[in-house]
Amino acid sequence: MSEITPSQTVGPFFAYGLTPKGRAHWDPDGTYSWKETVSDNLITPDAAGEKIRIEGQIVDGDGKPINDAMLEIWQADSQGRYASPYDSRRPNTQFKGFGRSATNKEGEFGFSTIKPGSVPGPNGKPQAPHIVFCIYSRGMLRQVYTRMYFADEAANGSDPILALVPADRRDTLIAQKQTKGDVPVYRFDIRVQGDNETVFFDI
Amino acid sequence: MTLIYPRESLSAYPKHLTPEYKSTVKRSPSKPLIIVPHTLSELTGPVYGHDAVQEGDNDLTRQGKAEPLGERIIVHGRVLDEDKRPVPDTLVEIWQANACGRYVHIVDQHPAPLDPNFTGAGRTITDKNGYYKFITIKPGAYPWGNHHNAWRPNHIHFSVFGHSFLSRLVTQMYFPGDYLFPFDPIFNSVTDDKARLRMVSSFDLENTIPDWALAFRFDIVLRGREATPLDTDKH
Repeated sequence: MSEITPSQTVGPFFAYGLTPKGRAHWDPDGTYSWKETVSDNLITPDAAGEKIRIEGQIVDGDGKPINDAMLEIWQADSQGRYASPYDSRRPNTQFKGFGRSATNKEGEFGFSTIKPGSVPGPNGKPQAPHIVFCIYSRGMLRQVYTRMYFADEAANGSDPILALVPADRRDTLIAQKQTKGDVPVYRFDIRVQGDNETVFFDI
Repeated sequence: MTLIYPRESLSAYPKHLTPEYKSTVKRSPSKPLIIVPHTLSELTGPVYGHDAVQEGDNDLTRQGKAEPLGERIIVHGRVLDEDKRPVPDTLVEIWQANACGRYVHIVDQHPAPLDPNFTGAGRTITDKNGYYKFITIKPGAYPWGNHHNAWRPNHIHFSVFGHSFLSRLVTQMYFPGDYLFPFDPIFNSVTDDKARLRMVSSFDLENTIPDWALAFRFDIVLRGREATPLDTDKH
């Protein structure tokens, strides 16, 4: 029997502690001053690579927006290097590769970041560029993990993790590129349950 | 040091679908999760240094113009991995209700007073021994809409990072001997008796400060074991 501390839900009230900035629906007069530790903007001035936006909506089993979710992302830099002591090729920039976004009333989230490069996979096989998502909300007693891939990457076809996903469900992991302004927007909607449910990983 | 992350350790966790906690019914995946190998993407994770926190961020009784109302307490302990080795320099964030059981969140409409001198948010970084400490106020119990006469036991929410994105943990710390334990579906979503008690802090007389504050001890154990020499580097 393992001895780890069990997970519990993040509940509905995490925002003032974990995602305090600019959340008008819980801080209507905008006076709350708790400093943000982790933001939804991952871009640092010294980070090389293509600037992108990630936008999406998260919905429950009835298709209703989840307006009290927190999404965290973890990704490599544009060279495919993680800012972690467990990646020996650590980047020498300030780019951390970690972000947090709380959903708004419509269940929408968003990140500004750099498109990640390819990272090594099992047995030295490269993985297609991807971003790991970790999702928390009221009604989730434990976090769920998924991955976002990029629709415009030919490498998706040989990605070792996507290959483990039934072909008819792979689309749920692939963000579609939209052109809205100067910065490419990748649209990544998440359906927690039901028809076309997003693939979640047991890791 | 390379860590491995045994999946069986997760048996201590609640099931995604726990119908007694009604919000899980529409917010739990209905299709089987896909088992994937742990690649570099999972075995790495963000690192936050001491620049992520400011002096005093771990003292929730000093954030207002005056001291908050309620029972002043010390909550402290160590962050460890599955081999019981300390996890140093890792970010620990907490949030909680005030002494009356009210959160400073607009969604919380419990008719109990807010305290102008208490927000309930705190954070710190563990030291080289994995040790952390908060000074705060004992949070009150509060009602919620899950079922008739539903009340949450006193608890403090914890968010902890650890060595990798796999060791990431969001949990709740409870207080010993809470009479609401038998009635709380969130607490009881952890069905193993021993695992459930690992979320309960212990009263710590030794570290209680005379004439000032009671102490509660809460050690947090995250996923991750040291790899044995036989374990080849699979990523």
